[in-house]
Amino acid sequence: MSKIQKMHVTMTVNGETVEGLVEPRTLLIHFIREHLLLTGAHIGCDTGHCGACTLDIDGKSVKSCTMFAVQAEGSSIVTIEGLAAPDGTLHALQEGFRMMHGLQCGYCTPGMILRAHRLLIENPNPTEAEIRFGISGNLCRCTGYQNIVRAIQYAAAKLNGTQFQEAAE
Amino acid sequence: MNDLTPTKEQREARLEGMGCKRKRVEDIRFTQGKGNYVDDIKLPGMLFGDFVRSTYAHARIKRIDTSKAKALPGVRAVLTADDLKPLNLHYMPTLAGDVAAVLADEKVLFQNQEVAFVVADDRYIAADAIELVEVEYEELEPLTNPFKAMDADAPLLREDIKGKMEGAHGPRKHYNHIFNWQVGDREAADDIFASAPVKTKDTYWYHRTHPSPLETCQSLASYDKVTGHLTIYGTFQAPHVVRTVVSMLSGIPESKVHVIAPDIGGGFGNKVGVYPGYVCSIVASIVLGKPVKWVEDRMENLSTTSFARDYHMTTELASTQDGKILGMRCYVLADHGAFDACADPTKWPAGFMNICTGSYGIPVAHLEVDGVYTNKASGGVAYRCSFRVTEAVYAIERAVEVLAQKLGMDSADLRLKNFIRREQFPYKSALGWEYDSGDYHLAMNKAMEAVGYRQLRAEQAEKRAAFQRGETREVMGIGVSFFTEIVGAGPSKNCDILGVGMFDSCEIRIHPTGSAIARMGTKSQGQGHETTYAQIVATELGIPADQIQVEEGNTDTAPYGLGTYGSRSTPVAGAAIAMASRKIRAKMQMIAAHLLEVHHNDLDWDIDGYQVKGLPEKRIGVKEIAWAAYHQPIPNLEPGLEAVNYYDPPNMTYPFGAYFCVMDIDVDTGAAKVRRFYALDDCGTRINPMIIEGQVHGGLTEAFAVAMGQEIRYDAAGNVMGASFMDFFVPTAVETPHWETDFTVTPSPHHPIGAKGVGESPHVGGVPCFSNAVNDALSFCGSVHIDMPHDAWRIWEAAEKLGLHKAA
Repeated sequence: MSKIQKMHVTMTVNGETVEGLVEPRTLLIHFIREHLLLTGAHIGCDTGHCGACTLDIDGKSVKSCTMFAVQAEGSSIVTIEGLAAPDGTLHALQEGFRMMHGLQCGYCTPGMILRAHRLLIENPNPTEAEIRFGISGNLCRCTGYQNIVRAIQYAAAKLNGTQFQEAAE
Repeated sequence: MNDLTPTKEQREARLEGMGCKRKRVEDIRFTQGKGNYVDDIKLPGMLFGDFVRSTYAHARIKRIDTSKAKALPGVRAVLTADDLKPLNLHYMPTLAGDVAAVLADEKVLFQNQEVAFVVADDRYIAADAIELVEVEYEELEPLTNPFKAMDADAPLLREDIKGKMEGAHGPRKHYNHIFNWQVGDREAADDIFASAPVKTKDTYWYHRTHPSPLETCQSLASYDKVTGHLTIYGTFQAPHVVRTVVSMLSGIPESKVHVIAPDIGGGFGNKVGVYPGYVCSIVASIVLGKPVKWVEDRMENLSTTSFARDYHMTTELASTQDGKILGMRCYVLADHGAFDACADPTKWPAGFMNICTGSYGIPVAHLEVDGVYTNKASGGVAYRCSFRVTEAVYAIERAVEVLAQKLGMDSADLRLKNFIRREQFPYKSALGWEYDSGDYHLAMNKAMEAVGYRQLRAEQAEKRAAFQRGETREVMGIGVSFFTEIVGAGPSKNCDILGVGMFDSCEIRIHPTGSAIARMGTKSQGQGHETTYAQIVATELGIPADQIQVEEGNTDTAPYGLGTYGSRSTPVAGAAIAMASRKIRAKMQMIAAHLLEVHHNDLDWDIDGYQVKGLPEKRIGVKEIAWAAYHQPIPNLEPGLEAVNYYDPPNMTYPFGAYFCVMDIDVDTGAAKVRRFYALDDCGTRINPMIIEGQVHGGLTEAFAVAMGQEIRYDAAGNVMGASFMDFFVPTAVETPHWETDFTVTPSPHHPIGAKGVGESPHVGGVPCFSNAVNDALSFCGSVHIDMPHDAWRIWEAAEKLGLHKAA
């Protein structure tokens, strides 16, 4: 096997310009985790099903294990590490997930929150069914989703400046 | 005291102790991507290991050629069984008293078995190198049907133990036989069955599945050739046990082995055992003197490390005509795969399967289990349950339904008639357990009322009539289950792992300024120990929970513990916390007596300090006591304020619950829709209701997955059919039903805080509830039992066999 020629990539991650030398086959998730050391996004499967690697790329939720780093050339990427305000104030979703017990082991959480972030931009006032459909590309093995749904409803209410109504049991 | 003096309630609330819905401390890092999981750790000079795996289920290895792989730039080593043999590491002991191959020695026994371990500079080069390792196989006849394992002409699987007819659990009947285990009085049971007026007998297959946590199994070993220290980071539910096993295998003194389990992305039983990947990363690190990381991919996880279940359970009940259960017999054929790698306490080859008399006062019972080898991956782990309890509860809860059907009796009424009564606790079961406490009738009646059980049955009768009139193609099922778990293993008199008693431990240190650290032998994988353990300390010691640091997963700092699985953390380690706290409180009482100049017997504990009996204004708080412990000589007392407790539980705990599921099934498509699911749990004292509810939601979702589709299937050639998330059912938010939760509280009488454990109950009770709903839906058409998993295809198939489509 001959040595693989590396390629230069440049992209914006959490508002900062970053660059690196990668093999053309390097997955974006590996570039983010192992070159940039942003380890919030995780890998949970090999088939694009679990969504643990979800990043926000150019205004879309993307499973970053399904694209190469070189395909992200020139892209603008938000990872979980870039979601809080510059002064450290947590995003409404980060707060909502804690308040509503929307996580347990935490492994799916960064991907889940980033997906919910894009969902709420696309649909600021989703119904429960829309939330459930909207996060169906992200698997969680711990929570049973019910509290994730409530966490997203909590965040939607906070972002909309409305009162969060706890669903009756 | 004045208006500004906080009230008792305010002081109590400030502690955020037991019973409060405290928000989780773990979430602060997890929601910001600051968790620290094994694959997040990057050590200088770190290498990456990966496996060459068998393509066959059963084959002889004729030749392995690693030369091309070794020649690839960036490859540092390729290990095979021949490299491990001189170290006597080509096999490793399992927790079940068997051995398992680390790298296949002469033969492979299941598809995807580890054949060679490649170590390279990065994971991409390792993947390239795997393709360059040439393995020549001679295919052998595969054995996949456990019912044929003990045939006279069955293929011999385990050549390594061919002549060893005495196994870890007694004599072996056949070269593919592992153990025979019997509990109860066979003669008495046979007598009952000879004369009982009503009898049922069916075989329920609890199919093979997998815990599949979202984070796979992984390890990072780093051996320092200069100091001889070995540090291992890994996805370990039981870090101390790993340290002991590593020391025993490697010969490195346990004092020089440091095991760290950082944040773990779910375990569910998958991360209890020791796997070839762990061993190979350690060996490679020792050989190369560099850190070596091993990370499983999903296919490897599902097809190699630790399946769960695979029990064929022939279950018989005997009863009177009016539904009084007289006896039970159960025979289990257990498919263990290629090695017996069950993660059970040593003396329990079939775990606690003998809890299979369930919640009922069954006077006579007999259980027999035969374990056999097949050409499948090894395991038999407790996937979100205490050892084999899910299987046991499934057997009895299906059997009760089948008996009710035979008797023409309502199955909830049959349960109520046979429950162990409140006044019978502590109750000694026919198969040897002593149930600690329970009020089953209270729980069942509360649940039946909450769901409107009688109305549901009336609605079902109407829908069935409408179906028979041809007005609808939908049938309604009502799933009922009432489970008793057995958790908190366990008393060292009957529970050990590799000879180490199954106690657990806690060390608490109060700092001079009154904050504290608690170090634990357990390891959270998402259960929220950092939050809940601090709540126990807060209540016991009067220190606010947010000033208590809980540390787990570090064998250098924590006292020895047996880890987290089988819902044992709260029953065992939770008790250790209370007991360690009480030792500290006893010392605080002596210090307080000195400071207040009274006899210590004249003091009362009061939320967050001691007060003189009858003089509430004369008191001293924990903070001042802690300061004094470090800054003031107290006669006859050592300075400092800390304690350690190793808690050996006197008994198991027995959580229980009543679950109801309402399901609508379209007989033409087989699609099943869960209309309603109600779960009432009694886990004794409730430490954090928010976390309990979360555990119940999660356990029910995994129960839904297992009952309704999740399966690891093999074809006749031994090819594993469901080893990715394309085939293996993990429900999304869309399929997952809405959960209703409820509770009763029956504290455990022998536990210091009365807690019983909850994480696994919803799974244990949930699986039979879903299965009973499906079976109940079709029972009026003459169906007695349909095996899980109940995916749409299988439900459609069952409807087809019942002739329901001809009528359409």
